[in-house]
Amino acid sequence: MIPLQPPRRLIDVEIDGETVRVPEGSTILDACAVAGKDIPTLCYGDTLTPKNACRVCVVEVEGARTLAPACSRKAEKGMKVGTDTERARQSRKVVLELLASSVDLSTTPRAAEWTKEYDADPARFGDDAATVEQPAKVDNELYVRDYSKCIMCYKCVDACGDQWQNTFAIGVAGRGFDTTISTEFDAPLTDSACVYCGNCVEVCPTGALSFKSEFDMRAEGTWDESKQTETTTICSYCGVGCNLTLHVQDNKIVKVTSPHDNPVTKGNLCVKGRFGYGYV
Amino acid sequence: MDLRFRGAEPSEEERAAIDALLGPPASAWDGGARTEQDLRFAARAEAARDQLLPALHAVNDRVGWISEGALEYICRRLTIPPAEAYGVATFYALFSVQPRPKRVLHVCTDLACQAKGAESVRRRVEDHFGPAGTSWQESPCLGMCERAPAALALEAGTPPVAQVYAPATPETITTMAEAPPNSNGSTPSVKVTGETPERAAVPQTGQDGLLLLRRIGTVDPASLDDYRAAGGYTALRRAFELGPAGVIREVLESGLVGRGGAAFPTGRKWDATARQPDHPHYLVCNADESEPGTFKDRVIMEGDPYALVEAMTIAAYATGCAKGYLYIRGEYPRAVARLQHAIATARARGLLGDDILGKGLSFDIELRRGAGAYICGEETAIFNSIEGQRGEPRSKPPFPVEKGLFGKPTVVNNVETLVNVLPILERGAQAYAAAEPKLFCVSGAVERPGVYELTFGATLRELLDLSGTTGTTRAVLLGGAAGAFVTDLDIPLTFEGTRAAGATLGSGVVLVIDDGVDLKSLLLRIAEFFRDESCGQCVPCRVGTVRQEEALHRLSRRVDDDDLVLLREVGQTMRDASICGLGQTAWNAVESAIDRLGVFR
Repeated sequence: MIPLQPPRRLIDVEIDGETVRVPEGSTILDACAVAGKDIPTLCYGDTLTPKNACRVCVVEVEGARTLAPACSRKAEKGMKVGTDTERARQSRKVVLELLASSVDLSTTPRAAEWTKEYDADPARFGDDAATVEQPAKVDNELYVRDYSKCIMCYKCVDACGDQWQNTFAIGVAGRGFDTTISTEFDAPLTDSACVYCGNCVEVCPTGALSFKSEFDMRAEGTWDESKQTETTTICSYCGVGCNLTLHVQDNKIVKVTSPHDNPVTKGNLCVKGRFGYGYV
Repeated sequence: MDLRFRGAEPSEEERAAIDALLGPPASAWDGGARTEQDLRFAARAEAARDQLLPALHAVNDRVGWISEGALEYICRRLTIPPAEAYGVATFYALFSVQPRPKRVLHVCTDLACQAKGAESVRRRVEDHFGPAGTSWQESPCLGMCERAPAALALEAGTPPVAQVYAPATPETITTMAEAPPNSNGSTPSVKVTGETPERAAVPQTGQDGLLLLRRIGTVDPASLDDYRAAGGYTALRRAFELGPAGVIREVLESGLVGRGGAAFPTGRKWDATARQPDHPHYLVCNADESEPGTFKDRVIMEGDPYALVEAMTIAAYATGCAKGYLYIRGEYPRAVARLQHAIATARARGLLGDDILGKGLSFDIELRRGAGAYICGEETAIFNSIEGQRGEPRSKPPFPVEKGLFGKPTVVNNVETLVNVLPILERGAQAYAAAEPKLFCVSGAVERPGVYELTFGATLRELLDLSGTTGTTRAVLLGGAAGAFVTDLDIPLTFEGTRAAGATLGSGVVLVIDDGVDLKSLLLRIAEFFRDESCGQCVPCRVGTVRQEEALHRLSRRVDDDDLVLLREVGQTMRDASICGLGQTAWNAVESAIDRLGVFR
C-alpha cells in the first residue's frame, strides 16, 4: 500500500527563463530536475535533510543579495532562478577549486567532469596551499576512514545521528579549516559507539569512507568498477526484508549497498546485511 | 538514544564542579552511583542539552581544562552522546581538551591592539613565557580597545580569577604569571581584577544631552536604587501604559534599526515575533560582541547593567516572551559579573520574575557565557550555542522570528539596540527620531579613545575632532574586520551615508590608522582572524579564508597580479556563496584596502 500524501498545491517557478510547475514545498533542486537542469551537488543526499555546506549547487535567485543553495532553498511561487549565470558559474568554479586544492577528490564521482566543465584550476593556489592530507584511519576490519578525502559534508554524522541510525558514534570536532569528523577524543572506532551498520559509508559522497574490501583492492590496484555487476536481492538474516545490492567483481562480493528508494529502509542496513556476507 | 561510554572517570574536583551546577545526580540513570534501587526501574533522563555549555564552563573554570572523565560525566548527566559533546568542547577557543596550566594568558594581537604596539607585547611575552600554546595564547580582540594593547589572564579555581592587563606594559608582563593580589572581590562567581573605572572608557562622561551613556561613570552600576533615582524604570512604566502593541508602534515609529551590523528595523522584528501563533516566544540579547574594535556593549553592560535588564523586560513585554537569554562573550568577565548582580537584584526586588511591578508580566533572564567564538554572535549561531550545539549558523529561511531558539519564534537583538528602546519610550518616538543617538567605538591613533555617543548625521571628521587624532591619519577602518577602510573623513556616519561611500557602520567601529601602522600586517591579521573564526561549515568560508590568508602572505612578500585576481575571485565567492555574514564579509576590509589604499600597488 502506498501512503497517500496530502494534496499539495502546484506552483510555477521560472528556471533559466523556462516555467516549470512543481508541488509547493519542493526545493529549487527539485524544480531544476523537472526543468532538466543538471546542477552539481556533493553534500546533498537523497535520503538526508540538506545541510547545504558544500555550496557547489548555488544558483542565482532574482532579487536575492547572495546566491542560494539549490538543494535546500524552497522554491517559491514566481521565483526566477538562473542556474547558469556568470555569477553562479564563477562561484561553482571557485568552490570546486577550493575543494580540489584542499581535499583529495580522486574517488569523488563526477569531480573530474565538473572541474573540466567549470574550467576550475585547483593548482592556482600554489604548491604550499594548505590541505587536509593525513593518513587513512584503519582501525577495524569493516570500513576505513580516509579523511584526506573528506569535504566535511556532515552526511555521515547525520546518518549516524538523529536522521537515521541514532548511534551518534561520530561528530564534527574542531573549528574552521581544522574541523574533522571524529569520535570522542579521537578514539578508535572500536572504542566508540559505532555499530558498524555502514550507513555512513552508504552516504559518503567522496569515498572518504569506504569498505575495507574496496580500500584494500584500490591499494592493490585491483578495484575495477567496469568489471563489477550489481545484483539487488533480499537480506536473508531477519524478517524485515531489506534490499541488498551486491557488488560483485570476479565472482566475489566486494561491497554491499542498498537502494535509496526502498520505502522502508531508504538505503540503510544493519551490520549483518552490510557486512555479514562471508557465508556466501 | 543508547549512549556508550569509554569508562573514563571524572576527578573529585571535576565531579564537584559539575554537581555544583546541575545538582547531585538523582540516580544511576543520570550519572550517579548505581544502587539496588536503580535496577528496579528504568528512567529517561530529562533532555538538558542546553546545559552543556554551562557544564563545560563549570569544569573549565574549576580545573582549567576538560578531561575525558569530566566530559563523560557531563554526558551521563545530560544524556548527550560523547562524540557530540566533544565536538562542542573543541569548537570554543577558551576550552581545552588537553591538559594545560590553570592560568592562561590571552594576549590580544588584534587590530586595535596591533595599532598600539601589541606586537612588542607579544614578543616580550614570548621571551618571558616561551612559545604560545599552553600558558599563553594569542587572542582575537578582547574588546578593551580603548586601553590597547590588552591582555587577559584567566585562572581556574574557586572562584576563577580574571585579571585584566590594559594597557599591557613591559612592566606588567613580568607579573602576568602570578596570581593577582588578594582583594575582596564583591562579584558573585568570578573575581575580576586589574580593571579601570567605567568612566575611563567614556570620554564624554558627565556631558549633558547624552541618552545612552548618561549614567555610565556617574551612577553606581551595582545599585538599583541609584539606577531608579537616575531615571531607571520609567521606560518600563511607560511601556505598561502603552501596552505591548503600543510599545511596538513606538519602536516602529522611532525608526530604530539594529545596531549589531545588519541594520534591520527593530520594530518590524518585534512585530513579526509578537504575531507568531507558535509559543513560547524567546528573547535573546546578543552580547557576544566580538567584532574586532568593538567595545560599546561591554561599556554599557559594565557601566549601566540595569538599563539592559529593563530594556530586555520591555522587549519581552512587547513580544510576548516569558524567558530571555542574555548571551555575553566569555572574554567579558566584568560584564558577566555586573549583569549577574543586576539580574539577581532585579529578581529580588520584583523587577524580574512573576508579576513584575504588579502588572502581571512574567519574565526572567538567564545569563549565558560564550566561550571564545566570534561566530556565536551570528543571530542563528547564538541559538545553536545556547542549545548546546556547535555554534554554527543555520540556513535562513526560516528566520528567527519564525523558528529561532529551540525552534520557537525568537526575537534576537544586540545590547545597544535594546538600550535604545529606553529613550524611545521615555521621550516618545518623535523626539527620539529627531535626535537619534549612535555609539561609536573609537580606537587606534587617537588622543582620547573610547565610546562616543553622537546623533546620526555627524560626520567622521566631527567624531575624530572629539577624540583627537595622533600622527597623520592615513585611513579609518569603519565597522571592524567585517567593515571597510575609508579615507574620506567627510562621510556622514549614517547607515545610508556609509553605504553610499562603499563602507558600513557595522557595529560602530572607528579604528584610526596613522602612517606608522604597517597596513600589510594589519590585513594579514584580519585574514588570520577570519581563518581562525570561521566555523568550518561551508566550503567558501572554510577554505576561502585560508586561501585569502595564503595569498596575502605571498603578496606581502611580492606583489603579483595573479594573486590579486585570485584574491578577488575567492573574495567574491565567499561573499556570494557563504552561508552567513562571516564568510560574506571576510573579504570586505581587504578589498577596500587594495582598492582605496593601494596596499599592493
